[in-house]
Parts: sequence; structure tokens; C-alpha cells
Amino acid sequence: MSFVSVRNIWQAYGDRSIIERVNVEVDQGEFISIVGASGCGKSTFLRLLLAQERPTRGEISIDGGPPAVEPNVERGVVFQRYSVFPHLTVRDNLMAGTAFKTRFGFLRGAARRQAMQDADEMLVRIGLNHVADQYPASLSGGMQQRLAIGQAMTAKPRVLLLDEPFGALDPGTRLQMHAFLMELRALTNMTVFMVTHDLEEGFKLGDRVLVFDKPRWDPHDPGLFGATITYDFDARNGGIPHQIQTEDTHVS
Amino acid sequence: MRLINRIPSRRSGIMLAALPFIAVMIAYAISSDIRLTANPNDKLLPAPATILDTAIRLFTEADRRSGDILLWQDTWASLQRLLLGVGISAAISLLAGMAIGLLPLVRSGFSSFVSVVSMVPPLALLPILFIVFGLGELSKVVLIIVGITPFMIRDLSQRVLDIPTEQLIKAQTIGASSLVIALRVTLPQILPRLIANVRLSLGSAWLFLIAAEAVASDVGLGYRIFLVRRYLAMDIILTYVIWITLLAFLIDWALKTLSRRAFPWLEAGL
Repeated sequence: MSFVSVRNIWQAYGDRSIIERVNVEVDQGEFISIVGASGCGKSTFLRLLLAQERPTRGEISIDGGPPAVEPNVERGVVFQRYSVFPHLTVRDNLMAGTAFKTRFGFLRGAARRQAMQDADEMLVRIGLNHVADQYPASLSGGMQQRLAIGQAMTAKPRVLLLDEPFGALDPGTRLQMHAFLMELRALTNMTVFMVTHDLEEGFKLGDRVLVFDKPRWDPHDPGLFGATITYDFDARNGGIPHQIQTEDTHVS
Repeated sequence: MRLINRIPSRRSGIMLAALPFIAVMIAYAISSDIRLTANPNDKLLPAPATILDTAIRLFTEADRRSGDILLWQDTWASLQRLLLGVGISAAISLLAGMAIGLLPLVRSGFSSFVSVVSMVPPLALLPILFIVFGLGELSKVVLIIVGITPFMIRDLSQRVLDIPTEQLIKAQTIGASSLVIALRVTLPQILPRLIANVRLSLGSAWLFLIAAEAVASDVGLGYRIFLVRRYLAMDIILTYVIWITLLAFLIDWALKTLSRRAFPWLEAGL
């Protein structure tokens, strides 16, 4: 039984199909890159994984559980922008991962001290301990995204969803973020889905690369058919897995 | 250099800011002087010196009949009505704005209702308020509330809707309930807007207050202005108008300062 199982997903708005017949099984700890042209449903697919939307048909389950009806703590998310809370300091943003689970959203006493300690550890890990008391608006784009990833991690999700997380960053910062993400992933072995429009990034970070495209195309009604997964690449070892396959030569 | 690029220095900035005030004062002094030379008993534009004398008298001398200084009594009565009305409106609009902005069920039920209600001209309701709530304090406070609340609810609910969906989704993925999202995500981000809203609404609140006091009252700044109008006491009216303006300006300034102090994150990006 695979960890995340997507079975025969269709999503349509009115009579416009966005994605159709999507099936994919993902094991725990896999890093899945999702690529495709603009408007081919990769963000829709991520919203479905996030349970922000419910599919028209089919279902998605994590670890054999029932399909989610709304976003919950099983799924962490980082968007391209607006993922952190502008009115909270960097440290408070990380503590929100614990505080928001309480009844009224505030921590006090021992729980607060513990959350503060955890937040400070995470601050060191994401390299933001020098700006702990600043507000997100005064951070650079890369720092904000590191904070957003750290914040998602403090809630300990089972699946991390990234929606073009580095799309708004400059190339240098983007490379640093790749290194940061790979390091973080080696530590936690989390299952990750990342939507990107950068093929190179997809292959570099992902274990598998899913390509979304429209296999059917009606020239009279382009909105009739939706996109689906047309390729499912094994992207480990630079996308050339055959190099490590030992060929069975049947020579004794 | 292009006109759009010419920025005044700090000193000339202050001078430019003072210029219109000085210009108005000079224009008034000259017009008043012209009228008073033609007719020393003219009451329409009293000399600045006369206004100053009147102001000092109004602020310090007690009324001979009651023994109270009327201006302070009027100020106290009006401010009480104004702050009560604006405070209650702010509380109602905060709750209703958050509910309409956050909860689709409430939004479907109330947002068009609020839009329609905000089109009712509040002053047209004044007679009804006097009939229903009597001529006491209540009807005046209610007029302010009826006058400014619908507009504030509309604006605040729109501001709640303007908070990026990403933040609400994010909050849900770290385990926040609807209540926690309201308390820790929406409320803190909407409070500065509430203060901005109150600042904008204060102008209308003064309008409704003075209107209500003018029609039926026995104390209050608006009442006094409309009372002495009968005697063409321009010096008293002008003193009161300047005093009301000063009060309004001070309240506005206090709210602006409060907003800046209380919400440092708003300016973090600047």
C-alpha cells in the first residue's frame, strides 16, 4: 500500500475539465516534482492534494485514511507568496505552528516556553536566528520562503506541498534554497510534492517528475478535455537511473 | 527640473503647510475690517480680537444663571455622545465585518442586506429615532450608529476578504480552527483598518451629532451653535466651530498615533 494514493481524479468547473483520469501512487519519503505548461492543471492538482478543493470524481488518501474535506495538519503547504503572517514576528510565525492548534490560539506557561525553544531551534536550522524579532515584510524573498518552509515543518505535516515556492526568487537565492531544501529533506525524510515551471529544478530536486499535459485536444472546444499525467520520470541520479542498474547478463 | 520632482525641504515644507492657514486668517481679517469700517455694529464678521475676547470669556466665565461654564458642559456632553456612538459602531462593525468576511454562510445572508441598509439616508430616519427613542441621549447616539455603522461594516468585511486566501489555507494546515483564525489571523490584521475606518467615519459622526443636537437638545456644541444663531452671535459660533475643528483634529491625531504605535508590522516593509 502506497503512502499517498491518488485514484482516478477528475476536476471540472462547470463543463470545463481541468484535469482528468489522474492516477498516481507515491511512497513515503518520495520527492515528487510536478511540471507542465501554464494552465495545464498542476496547481489544481496541488489544491486537490491540499484538500482546498474537492475533486469532481475520484479520491485522494494519505496512508489509507479517508479523503479530506478541508485543509488539515496532515498537509503542510508553502505558496509562492503570502505564506507567512505579516503581523507576527519571525519567531511568532514559527510558534504559530504550535499555538494555532490550541483552543484560542494562544500559548502560556510551560507550553509557551517549550514552543519558544522549538522555534529557536528551527530558527537556527533555517538560518534566521538573527532576525527572530523582525516582521516578515523586512525580510528578503528567500528568507521569507525559508521561514514559510520552517513554519510548515513546525506543524509536523505528513506531506509537504510546495506551490512554485522559489518562483519569485532570483537565480542565486534559488540555488541556495535548493541546497536548504535538500538538507532539510535529508534530515526529515518527508514526502514532498512540488509544483514548478522550472524543469531543471524539478529534475534536480525530485525523485520523480510528473508531467501534466493534455493528451486529448478538441480544436472546436479547447476546454472540453482536461490534462493528465503524461510522463512519470524516475529522476534519481540526475534522471539516468539505468546507469546504476546492474544488467542481468545470465553469464555464469 | 520637472515640477513633479521638486520636493520641498523640511523648512519650506512647514512654511507651505502654514501658508493656507495664514492666508485664510488674513483674508478674514481684511474682510472683517472692511465691513466694520462701513458699519461698526456689523455682526456678520466680528474682528479677530472680538472673537479672541469671546473665546476667553466662553472658556473661563461661568454662566450667571446656572454657575457652570457652558462651553465645557457642551463639550463634555457632545464628546460623550460622539465617543459612545463611534465606539459602539466600531464594536458592531468589527464583529459583523469579521463574520461577513470570514464566514460564507453569514456573507450569503447579510452582505446584500448591509449594502441596501447603507443606502438609507440616516438623517431621514432622525424623526423616527426621536419618536422611538425619545429626545434624550439615546436617539443622538443611535443616529451616529445608524449613520456610520453600515459603511464601516461594508469596508471591514471587504478588508477581511482582501486577506490572501493563502494565509487562511496556511493557518488551516497548521491546525487552526475557525475561532483561532478569526482571533489570530484576521483580527490583528483588521484592527489597523478599523482605526483607519473610525478616523474616516468621525467626520460623518460629527455631522450626525450636530444635526441631532440642533434639532432637539438642551446641551451640546451643536445645540449651542444653533441657539446663538438666533442672536446672530457670530463670535460665539466661530469660537465653537474652531473648537470643534480642534477637537476633531486631536481625536484624529490620537488615533493615527495609536495605529502607528500599536501595529509596528505595518511599517516593517518601509
